[in-house]
Amino acid sequence: MAASPSISIAIVGSGGAGALTTVNFLLEVACAAGWHGLFTRTLGPQIRGGEAAGLLRLAVHPVECLPDQFDLIIGIDWLNAHRFGNEIKAGPQTLVISDPRGGEPPPMVTQSGARVVEVEMKEIAKSISGGRPNMIALGIASRLLGFTTEQVFALIAKQLGDKGTAAIEASRAGIKAGFEAAAGIGFEAELAKPVPSEARRWLLSGNEAAALGAIRGGVRFAAAYPITPATEILEWLSPNLTKVGGILLQAEDELAAINMIIGSSYGGTPALTATSGPGLSLMIEAIGLATAAEIPIVVIDVMRGGPSTGIPTKSEQTDLNIAIYGLHGDAPHLVLAPQSVSDSLFTTQWATFLAEALQTPAIVLSDQFMGQSRAAIERPADVAFIGARSVAANISGSYKRYALAPGGVSAMALPGMPGGQYTADGLTHTELGIPTSGAGDHLAQLDKRRDKLDRFNFGDHWASIEGSGDLAIITWGSLTGAAREAAARAAADGVNVRMIAPRLLAPVQPERLAAALEGVRRILVVEQTHGGQFHRYLRAHHDLPAPVRAFHRPGPLPITAGEIHRAIIDWS
Amino acid sequence: MSGLTTRLACKPADYKSDLKPIWCPGCGDYHVLMSFTRAFAQLGLPSESIAVVSGIGCSSRIPAYTNCYGFHGVHGRSLALAAGLKVTRPDLTVVVASGDGDGYSIGGNHFLHACRRNIDMTYVVMDNRIYGMTKGQPSPTTEPEFDTALTPGGTGVAPFHPLVVALASGANFIARCFSGDPNETADVLAEAIRHPGFSFVEILSPCVTFRPDEKEWKELVRPASVPATSDQGKAARRLMTDDGFNLGILYRGNRPPFQPAVGARDVDLTELEKDFEL
Repeated sequence: MAASPSISIAIVGSGGAGALTTVNFLLEVACAAGWHGLFTRTLGPQIRGGEAAGLLRLAVHPVECLPDQFDLIIGIDWLNAHRFGNEIKAGPQTLVISDPRGGEPPPMVTQSGARVVEVEMKEIAKSISGGRPNMIALGIASRLLGFTTEQVFALIAKQLGDKGTAAIEASRAGIKAGFEAAAGIGFEAELAKPVPSEARRWLLSGNEAAALGAIRGGVRFAAAYPITPATEILEWLSPNLTKVGGILLQAEDELAAINMIIGSSYGGTPALTATSGPGLSLMIEAIGLATAAEIPIVVIDVMRGGPSTGIPTKSEQTDLNIAIYGLHGDAPHLVLAPQSVSDSLFTTQWATFLAEALQTPAIVLSDQFMGQSRAAIERPADVAFIGARSVAANISGSYKRYALAPGGVSAMALPGMPGGQYTADGLTHTELGIPTSGAGDHLAQLDKRRDKLDRFNFGDHWASIEGSGDLAIITWGSLTGAAREAAARAAADGVNVRMIAPRLLAPVQPERLAAALEGVRRILVVEQTHGGQFHRYLRAHHDLPAPVRAFHRPGPLPITAGEIHRAIIDWS
Repeated sequence: MSGLTTRLACKPADYKSDLKPIWCPGCGDYHVLMSFTRAFAQLGLPSESIAVVSGIGCSSRIPAYTNCYGFHGVHGRSLALAAGLKVTRPDLTVVVASGDGDGYSIGGNHFLHACRRNIDMTYVVMDNRIYGMTKGQPSPTTEPEFDTALTPGGTGVAPFHPLVVALASGANFIARCFSGDPNETADVLAEAIRHPGFSFVEILSPCVTFRPDEKEWKELVRPASVPATSDQGKAARRLMTDDGFNLGILYRGNRPPFQPAVGARDVDLTELEKDFEL
């Protein structure tokens, strides 16, 4: 069998079995050897006693989506694996390594026609002092993937260096036993050799990338209230903000977090918070305040299954409506969506820049899939989007904080500036900031806040537009990677597909989308929602020039490139 | 209080804005405003170095009536907003203004955590034991039998004791004032601003419209008979047993304020990338 450009592995175990650690090690080994990879976590919300699986796709090129099905699945145990339903697809080509003492493999495995090979991982681990079954699994997977023990040992030394020699020895012994156990297991799939590259590469999660993007964009204050799956943004920012002269403050709740960042930004320090759907719901009122009082802030929403508590650990795109329409009153603000782990950096940086330039809140819609996935990426280029808000200077006479300036953005006085004293207010106000309920002032300030967004030139970053076929896929967020791969597969079938993925969701860009859709004869809308939120959003704001099919499904089952590819072919 | 250089010979009028307050005639909050400006003048602070942050309600309209920087935010969240401002701008003097509904009901959780966090700011709650702006509903400090349209015959629920809550939560300075004595109130406010950490000043400020009975307060208030203590146990006993009309500084703690260091910002950001490099 010819070497494949990509190969996929899933390791399953009950929470605490170490499945995620094992997959992370595999990713690190592969990336150190020059491959690219994407490691996605799927798990229940419990820390122990739940279900956990690490999904890893390794490739010779950067990876932005999961595979249609897995080449290798290792069940350290299957105790709660049935809870994954069909998230981990197997097929007749799949090799499954199963511990006979780890319970019955779930139907997703047994009914797939996959070849199952039993290995007593627990028993082997017991024979090693301090041995753990997940290290046996690591050894097995490493051998089947063609890694050497030296490569894996080097990583163990790096990763477990501070855990003492006994822990390292136990791990090495376990890995070695795994290598031995894998001897004689036939595994057809083979990963093509990595492509040598001079590019500097990073290994990081979308959450980390977003956090770094925020700092690059100028954020120096964050307020934090923990929530899955956004917490890693805040945990990364805490030490790293300190390094760049910033501060992170833990808030008592999301209501406090959002108001803290408004306070920071009012004082002149660009500020951010990160949350997920339930937290965003609590923040909405104050996001409206920041809109009305024209205070720049950045709110990253790492979306998870909803409504209510929903599925905290799994991805969905269902906060689109609340992000765009959730504020009461007419409250134009920015909504942006990164498209991959790598793009999380750029989009968050751009969002920070835009919030500062336009003195308005920016909501960044990431999701659990890209937020918590770790990927090898090429180092994102340094871009010039560094927040620089219009600040009042040399104030004399009567200062008008909300002056009806051309373009709608008025210079902001910061506390400490003599003569700039004003009261920022959520009440409808005059140009001076004085509360009013007069129709004229209300209209003037509504116009001001609308126009400053509508008249701003957002440039080409507003969307990713690729290809030129007369069938267009319109998608957004983390589905962009799967759509891109589907378009590539369709191209290999001779079907030309155009892909349009807006990065800027609000304010809407109707002229730009119309231009991007020029000549299109069919439109396929792809999104991860139950209610078709993105489809309705497109219908509400745009005259779509061709027949539309909407392909949408809620989480937690990821929408794969294969499914989008089929939807394209079905309509060609 | 900030380390800004102070100016001499400031007058209270320097801290008043041109806006005419929109409060009912006879409202206690007029006197509170007077106390604010007198305290600021007493401290000699440049008005642009002061930020007055508030929520929603009659009392929360006070920022725009001063000539300081102001923030009239959403209902109940003034302390959180002020926390974000003060930690990033420790050079500012931050005064938070609230009422019994804004501060103790919708903002109750933030009250606990602001006391606990002990950031250097002064929290002034104008307590009139009623929601005035929405025309007379009971607040957390309203007496259980007080009759309102929303709660005919009274709430039947005992009021809570904000000063005790503040003490238990870690406030570093606790005082009670009466709006009808603006000179004394100004002195206490100046002390509260000078005192490091989170200072809490409750000002009994009558609502003459919905609580005309509160006109009697001027007969009931009295200076506390003993000086401020720094002993939390003594303060707890004193606050638990007082009738709500003892005035003055009641507790003066010595916990160090919370202020994370703000470091240099002109650093090379590529340092942050090292964790990610393969």
